Amino acid sequence: MKKTIITVVGKDTVGIIAKVCTYLAENGINILDISQTIVQGYFNMMMIVDTNQATKSFGDMSDELSGLGEKIGVVIKCQKEEIFDMMHRI
Amino acid sequence: MINLYEVTETNKMIEEENLDVRTITLGISLLDCIDSDLLRLQDKIYHKIYEAAKDLVSTGEEISREFGIPIVNKRISVTPIALVGGAACKSPEDFASIAKTLDKVAHEVGVNFIGGYSALVSKGMTPADELLIRSIPLALSTTERVCSSVNVGSTKTGINMDAVKLMGEVIKQTAEYTKEEDSLGCAKLVVFCNAPDDNPFMAGAFHGVTEADKIINVGVSGPGVVKTALETVRGENFEVLCETIKKTAFKVTRVGQLVAKEASKMLHVPFGIVDLSLAPTPAIGDSVADILCEIGLEYAGAPGTTAALALLNDQVKKGGVMASSYVGGLSGAFIPVSEDQGMIDAVTAGALTLEKLEAMTCVCSVGLDMIAVPGDTKATTLSGIIADEMAIGMVNQKTTAVRLIPVIGKGVGENVEFGGLLGHAPIMPVNPFSCDAFVNRGGRIPAPIHSFKN
Repeated sequence: MKKTIITVVGKDTVGIIAKVCTYLAENGINILDISQTIVQGYFNMMMIVDTNQATKSFGDMSDELSGLGEKIGVVIKCQKEEIFDMMHRI
Repeated sequence: MINLYEVTETNKMIEEENLDVRTITLGISLLDCIDSDLLRLQDKIYHKIYEAAKDLVSTGEEISREFGIPIVNKRISVTPIALVGGAACKSPEDFASIAKTLDKVAHEVGVNFIGGYSALVSKGMTPADELLIRSIPLALSTTERVCSSVNVGSTKTGINMDAVKLMGEVIKQTAEYTKEEDSLGCAKLVVFCNAPDDNPFMAGAFHGVTEADKIINVGVSGPGVVKTALETVRGENFEVLCETIKKTAFKVTRVGQLVAKEASKMLHVPFGIVDLSLAPTPAIGDSVADILCEIGLEYAGAPGTTAALALLNDQVKKGGVMASSYVGGLSGAFIPVSEDQGMIDAVTAGALTLEKLEAMTCVCSVGLDMIAVPGDTKATTLSGIIADEMAIGMVNQKTTAVRLIPVIGKGVGENVEFGGLLGHAPIMPVNPFSCDAFVNRGGRIPAPIHSFKN
């Protein structure tokens, strides 16, 4: 399974998760796990998603989510899971 | 599964602490290009490099995007040109024309440096080696991206003092030829002892003759990450300090291993090595000197510096070795002066001298690197400094290198600006006493006793 980590960081506001999830649903991306915290008004979320059935390429998804982030006023980043696996798992 | 804390830690390293992959270097053998006709040779070299490297830059960018990690440089190293050009080149100008071919193809595939304008002369020089060495000033002053290196000694062979003498003159001449740009040519010229065949870092990268046809070598970086990690253990003892460096080096190197494997897969070129070096840049927070300060020194160069650097170098290796399946290159801590803001500050404050830097090179991965000296420094003095540094490498069975820049028209106290990753530097004083009679003896220094292991 090809997994991607999506991180969303920025000032908390209404509907961040809704907008990101809507985008993912529309593009055939399945969410496997979500964790989220708010520290001093700052929203910090991580999603692990499965992109096997995705209708878009990784590059397009990454650009579009980043564009969506700009509209909401948060920073959205897509990274393949391997970089975290390599660094934190032996 | 990966958790939020781990993801945040990795991204903080990338975004705030300058974690990056310093270079993906594609090594290309040019041995099969050898031809006795110069034009045919240039043509073969051009096509072999172009075909091998045309996707290198785009592949690097794609990997960078997929993992969200900057890959700062994409580079090429080739077989030492003295070997490749020997049959075709009858003059220094002939060799310099090959440098132009390398420069042209480097521009076309979009890499920022191409290394391997080199000669390996640790025991003796062939006529081709000597022609290449004599062509270096012309080659470096007529090209932009070509890097040159000359290996003049090794633990197994001793030191070729004829080559050391010649290199003092060549450095001086290169400085003269590029004096309009603050003698920038010398920043692309390294003299080595025990040069590794698989070093991905410039200016000393070349593709050794023991290597495969093509190979991917990766250099990681992350002084800022180590420094930040050490901020959390201020006042703790050496055990805690060393463990922290080791764990951080492991994490940094894992990223290099991932990028190397991925680049190898995408380019269909075997993975060679990851170089574990902590390589600084002039950017604030990307400094090896700052790590030394965090370990407990007021400035790099203060008493204790050599010990601090020794433990740093050792822990980086211990952490990195387990993180990668193949480790090679220079692997340690780099201490270039002009490329490290903390080093520049230390020189400006009067804390760091050429002699202290020489002591530091006994315990770190390279040598006297990116040091600007007065333009009127004699060629024999440069040779003397090279000989000292080569002796350290020979006796300690390690790589040492010299990259000195005698800045023509400038003296001690003035500043020189190279720009970009090469940074800027205050010109450092050199010991004024003569070593002419020593350098002019000629011949070679025999290999040390501990090299006879058979």
